[in-house]
Amino acid sequence: MTAPLVEVRGIEKRFPLGGGWLRRAQASVRAVDGVSLAIAPGETLGLVGESGCGKSTLGRLMLRLLEPTGGDVLFEGRSLLGLPPAELRAMRRRMQIVFQDPYGSLNPRMRVGAIVREGLDIHRVGTPAERRARARELLELVGLPPDAADRHPHEFSGGQRQRIGIARALAVEPRFVVADEAVSALDVSVQAQILNLLQDLRRRLGLTTLFISHDLRVVEHVSDRVAIMYLGRVVEVGSRDAIYAGARHPYTRALLASVPATAPGEKKERMALPGDVPSPVNPPPGCAFHPRCPFAEERCRRETPALAAGAGGHAVACHVFPAPGAIGV
Amino acid sequence: MTAVLEVQDLHMGFPVAHGTARAVDGVSLSLARGRVLGLVGESGCGKSMTALCLLRLVPSPGRITGGRILFQGRDLLTLPEREMRAVRGAGVAMIFQEPMTALNPVLTVGSQIAEAIAVHRPVSRREAWDRAVALLDEVGIPEPAARATDYPHQLSGGMRQRVMIAMAISCEPQVLVADEPTTALDVTIQADILALLRDLRERHGMAVLLITHDLGVVAEQADDVAIMYAGRIVEQAPVAEIFARPRHPYTQALLRSMPRLGHHVDRLAQIPGHVPDLAKLPAGCAFRERCPIAVDACGAAPPPLEEKAPGHRAACIRA
Repeated sequence: MTAPLVEVRGIEKRFPLGGGWLRRAQASVRAVDGVSLAIAPGETLGLVGESGCGKSTLGRLMLRLLEPTGGDVLFEGRSLLGLPPAELRAMRRRMQIVFQDPYGSLNPRMRVGAIVREGLDIHRVGTPAERRARARELLELVGLPPDAADRHPHEFSGGQRQRIGIARALAVEPRFVVADEAVSALDVSVQAQILNLLQDLRRRLGLTTLFISHDLRVVEHVSDRVAIMYLGRVVEVGSRDAIYAGARHPYTRALLASVPATAPGEKKERMALPGDVPSPVNPPPGCAFHPRCPFAEERCRRETPALAAGAGGHAVACHVFPAPGAIGV
Repeated sequence: MTAVLEVQDLHMGFPVAHGTARAVDGVSLSLARGRVLGLVGESGCGKSMTALCLLRLVPSPGRITGGRILFQGRDLLTLPEREMRAVRGAGVAMIFQEPMTALNPVLTVGSQIAEAIAVHRPVSRREAWDRAVALLDEVGIPEPAARATDYPHQLSGGMRQRVMIAMAISCEPQVLVADEPTTALDVTIQADILALLRDLRERHGMAVLLITHDLGVVAEQADDVAIMYAGRIVEQAPVAEIFARPRHPYTQALLRSMPRLGHHVDRLAQIPGHVPDLAKLPAGCAFRERCPIAVDACGAAPPPLEEKAPGHRAACIRA
């Protein structure tokens, strides 16, 4: 395997709860609890999980938009944590994020051209005239009309605003893009436009992507590899086919079983999960999934399963259904 | 198959600076006992406004400007408000997308359901409360007696949606309108709620109008499907027929633009352009400018929704 472009090692993020000025926090939420993942250059890793599982936090940790409370983040083999501010800022040019909400993530008072250009202005790339020309080029690249640069965000539809967000992310020519629920707020036909656009851009620019989504259908469409998160941990990761055709973890299987059918009358195995996702403030001991797992054994209540890799890089964190070929679990 | 509720040529619109935005522009629908009609379309197509018209809950300054809604031999659009209030909940009930905004945050969920019952039925407070607890049990809430004393914020999103459903069925309505009931929920919870709705519909024989943008949800839940575009129904057929032989170019494009589990394609089909401004609809077919098979004649007049095969209607002169 080639050296990863982005890697997290045992990354951890706790958010203190209930504390305040001069008052010690009572407890903390373990939003991300010891995750190790690597993304190869040019690869798209799909990151799936339900609300509150820590997927967005993990995405922000990978860009060091949040400070981890433990573990390390590496970009092109260098740790982002020890970098002096100036070098970190230079590094930031190479990694960008596209947000879910195309309404909340664009400054309503700025013209679209200035929004797209902002990264270039901050990093002082080229002359002002060059930057303006580049912004127009980018808007064209994402399929917006040339006069878009002089208009304000409110003049655009949701899909068009998402294109503006993508143009802004691409302006500084990043190698790595985190797409955080980038198509979730869009209608199906617009979603198809944006997914196709992202795919074209990936191929043309050789982008490496972390594609965060709760929608398993979209993730299957865009990803080379897929990681599943539950309560702050990765419970299964593997190639797209390993996950969609050979999922092992009971949680992954339950997720796949709850995706609506593709055609009427299609018989699907339903796998209902009892209860709700437990609170990340006080996660259950052992495997965090055991209270809802139909296959839980005594051991699952005591020991937290490690994410153990088997054949073809397929790794599963489960005592009962380890990855095919995994040893010493 | 007799219709429980029939919508005929419904029109509603919003005044805007340059005229009227025709959000619902001549919609006709019929809902049958024990059947689910899936109403599908993208944002702004008028599907939620159609639902609100059924309950006469159109937000101001929107106004219903024409048509009839026949329910139990009466036209709901001509009923005095007092009588309409009796229809809401007891005759036609609704479930909304976001339970947190539809529930009262300062009342316990039990008392909200009990209140809904007491408004429509001559029952004592004790009876209403007991019935509320029984309903919470019926919608699959564990420890219903204890949960009835909880406030909405103490429940998870999935549990809140179950409370909404319990309230909606509390007066045994004949028609249940569910507007994107699972869109705000996580996938595993979404599947549970859909299974619950199907179960309740079978047990109580309600007619259901299920509004959604998700064709997968429609494939699983609906018996019949109506596809809406720019305020009009452009295609209507039994669910198997829509998926196997879609006739309207918009339906065809929607089906192709949806990623499907296990059907890997390199590129999704996309619909060029965007939805037209409802206040400035083009003459003729509203989909014309985005349609791959449009001809000059499409601009002449809005195409009527015609039967193209038994039970299958489409509003397209080229279909």
